Amino acid sequence: MIVAIIDYGSGNVFSVSSALKRLGVEAIITSDATIIKSADAVIFPGVGHAKAAMEQLKVKGLDKLIPTLTQPFLGICLGMQLMCSYTEEGDVDCLDIFSGVKVRKFIDAPKIPHMGWNTLMNGKSIFLEDNADVYFVHSYFVSLNEFTISEVEYGSKFTASMKKNNFYGCQFHPEKSGEAGGKMIAKFLGLVTNEIKN
Amino acid sequence: MVKKRIIPCLDIKNGRTVKGVNFEELRDAGDPVELAKYYSKMGADELVFLDITATQEGRKTMIDMVLKVASEIDIPFTVGGGISSVDDAAALLRAGADKISVNSSAVRNPKLIRELSDKFGNQCVVLAVDAKLIDDEWIVFLSGGKIQTDLKLFNWVKDAVELGAGEILFTSMDHDGTKNGFAVLALEKVAKMVSVPIIASGGCGLKEHFLDVFKSGNIDAALAASVFHFGEIEIPYLKEYLKENKINVRI
Repeated sequence: MIVAIIDYGSGNVFSVSSALKRLGVEAIITSDATIIKSADAVIFPGVGHAKAAMEQLKVKGLDKLIPTLTQPFLGICLGMQLMCSYTEEGDVDCLDIFSGVKVRKFIDAPKIPHMGWNTLMNGKSIFLEDNADVYFVHSYFVSLNEFTISEVEYGSKFTASMKKNNFYGCQFHPEKSGEAGGKMIAKFLGLVTNEIKN
Repeated sequence: MVKKRIIPCLDIKNGRTVKGVNFEELRDAGDPVELAKYYSKMGADELVFLDITATQEGRKTMIDMVLKVASEIDIPFTVGGGISSVDDAAALLRAGADKISVNSSAVRNPKLIRELSDKFGNQCVVLAVDAKLIDDEWIVFLSGGKIQTDLKLFNWVKDAVELGAGEILFTSMDHDGTKNGFAVLALEKVAKMVSVPIIASGGCGLKEHFLDVFKSGNIDAALAASVFHFGEIEIPYLKEYLKENKINVRI
């Protein structure tokens, strides 16, 4: 199985590739469109500022490529946010995979960033388990919407993960979420081998 | 809601754990990777590695250690000690650290906090601060508590958060090592002044001390070293105890 981790100078790619390695999968860290296109699965990590990240994607032409991909695709944290239509962080338009969904800054959260382990609720996908504790760290969030497949509560309820066709996104970091996170990544890879359907 | 975090702190010198004690399951308690794995398995929510090496060579060892930890550990970790530039931080974050903590270098050059948060985001930047109560004022100390400054704790914390610190790790030097409990009152005051998460450090000796610090709900995490390293408090039991006492922890 070939898994591509998109490298656009904005992700904690090492932690993600290590998580895959622990599952026995050697990932390719790349920004090369041909490799990304032909991979069996694609992971789109993200840490940092949305505006700088979108600029980097544009420089590499990945903003056009990503929405056209058809293999299992997983955006993590900022990666998930960039899959939305727009983010208030830097006031930028994003990839518009989750059409019409906007990323907003926390206003009524108890403390910002939302940092630490929190519990997933109302999971609608076998790939993102209900009641698992997973690690979050973010200052912007996505409201509940038609694509939401799990929720989390911090001040109010918002989106912990989303899905549209082959595109998955999670606000939390499965690569930093201990055993529960490892299981989720394994299930995501299971989409490739058809062991997992959803 | 977000869980209260339990954070073991590992002091690292020349790539080796200082103060490590051999648990039965461990082959080498001096190996930070093995100790980190052990704590992660026990249910630690996060780890802090504090580099107490002074030499340049030691720094390089630290980056190697971070790489190894990041490839084996699946919980978040912070690295601190001797980070005085964006480049220092970048090297550690690239190697897989989730957050970096700054202490003396941020007091000497407060702009560093802004530079780090602009570059990496404030969620990556932890301000570690050591303070001591002198004539009814909490005063900030540097260099592991050796140098007294004119800075008042509460002013400094407020300024640091405005500059871009995303989390505060406050160690009370009056409580550190006493095993009489955390500096709950000062911690509560810090928590009320800023809107970022607060990590309590210094003074815990009993599981009840963790309950005391979490009870109000304002403190987000508690860090300890020796009670964990010497096996005086075992994390699974600590968490069960906290849960029984209605503290929201990850089991």
